Amino acid sequence: MPTFNSELMRATILAHYENPYHKETPQNAGEFMQMSLNSTGCIDNFILYLQVENDKVVTGYFDGYGCTISIASTSILLEMIEGMEINQVLEIIAEYKKMLKSEPYDKDILNEAIVFANTVRQPSRIRCATIGWDGVAELIEKHKKERK
Amino acid sequence: MYDVYKIRKDFPVFLNNKTVYLDNAATTYKPQVVIDAVTDYLSKETANSGRGDYRDAYLVDKRVDETRILVKKFINSKYAEEIVFTQGTTASLNMIAVCYGEKFLKANDEILISIAEHSSNTLPWVEVARKTGAKIIYMPLTEDGLITPKLVKEHMTKKTKIVSLVHVSNVLGYVNDVKKIAKVVHDMGAIIVVDGAQSVPHLPVDVQDMNIDFLAFSGHKMLAPTGIGILYGKKHLLEKMDPYQMGGGMNISYDKEGNYELFKVPHRFEAGTLNIEAIYGLHAAIEYLNKIGMDNIAKHEHKLRRYAVAKLKEMDHVILYNENAETGIITFNIKGVFSQDIATYLNSKNVAVRSGQHCAKFIKEYIGEIGTVRASLYLYTTKEEIDTFLKAVETSENYLDAYF
Repeated sequence: MPTFNSELMRATILAHYENPYHKETPQNAGEFMQMSLNSTGCIDNFILYLQVENDKVVTGYFDGYGCTISIASTSILLEMIEGMEINQVLEIIAEYKKMLKSEPYDKDILNEAIVFANTVRQPSRIRCATIGWDGVAELIEKHKKERK
Repeated sequence: MYDVYKIRKDFPVFLNNKTVYLDNAATTYKPQVVIDAVTDYLSKETANSGRGDYRDAYLVDKRVDETRILVKKFINSKYAEEIVFTQGTTASLNMIAVCYGEKFLKANDEILISIAEHSSNTLPWVEVARKTGAKIIYMPLTEDGLITPKLVKEHMTKKTKIVSLVHVSNVLGYVNDVKKIAKVVHDMGAIIVVDGAQSVPHLPVDVQDMNIDFLAFSGHKMLAPTGIGILYGKKHLLEKMDPYQMGGGMNISYDKEGNYELFKVPHRFEAGTLNIEAIYGLHAAIEYLNKIGMDNIAKHEHKLRRYAVAKLKEMDHVILYNENAETGIITFNIKGVFSQDIATYLNSKNVAVRSGQHCAKFIKEYIGEIGTVRASLYLYTTKEEIDTFLKAVETSENYLDAYF
């Protein structure tokens, strides 16, 4: 993983905003768990699609509209977790949330997602940086509950 | 001579906070006289209204009555009884929808509203339509973003019973000619409801001259505290309506057979304890606005807006949506940037504006964008603040700088 200076952080966010990963409705949408992502504080409005099999994330998609931070952060997450064990995904999400609360966190497992380390400078936008992440965590928890 | 710097001395927030506050369409700062009026009630003469026999309760009643008369004069209604205290524009519009709309509309009647309406002048009518079987007609805007008498006429039919429209759009800031529209509406036998949330705080408004049937507006958008608003209704219409809430302060008597006798308007619509401290604040706010003069406030905002718009027009990356609006609302985007990202960038430059749909979810049909950035001015906005805003907009293509 490269060292992220602010130029690279900025470029990474913009790259994921301009060419987000899996930002479309999957053709077989019916086979995915789905939830709508929205916020009382802004007009972000997405549908999140997540496919989980045998405790692994097969793939995820999202579709809708939102700001740079919400699109780029969701894109980075969905790209990163493809094929990953769900418990590991939850662990990454937990570290990410610590980062956004300015608590000590494990940099290494966050990978590219550390580009949002500075989002705390605009506290009103932390919700944007977590909207997709909270959604993925909720769908994984739902999957775990339904399996029991 | 309008002295904005002198006016600013009346607002303690400017001593405590250096934000360039351009979100006045959302809410406004409060002058010291309003703060003092509220704290006087809380610290010097607390009592409930409408039911006391002692001195302080009398003083409170007197102030509530005086405020009603002050509001009556402020919008030039014919009777003080036409002024109902509510929690705000939303509450006022819901009361009209429920107490008039639900009572008098029937299946297939039509309610005419525009695509520029705020959620609070849309969703209450959606509920009226659902409950009565009436139909909502959504009127588009003219090319210039206006609701004109001609447009209203074209969208009315014999079935139209209520026309409910915004006086000044909270997104576009254009002033609709409500006086001429009211004539068209009345000629066709319907009533007109006006959402005055963005007009009453910024322009002289005369309900008798416009001959409108209902008007709703909020105190907190005109220097008063939150939680107080006004429902104006022509007396004969208010008298036909049932109460919105039942309870104390609105009835004369009732028995165990379920009979009751209610107070006359407006008290019939004011069940429960009023937001008394906010009424004290509203009184001070209106006196303050009267002292400066609504004409002068409108002129000040418009002059600053013209200055800002001329500069914005020189910036190639700015898309302006309401170049010719005559109020203090400036709505724009930066090419290729999502509205909220612009607002966050301006925040990093200490400029407070609002982004998104501004609660008017159909206006995107006119604007052609999901979200916009809105800067809104008021009587205390300075040219220097506009310059700070313009400087921030100039560099806002680098919007991610907000995070670095």
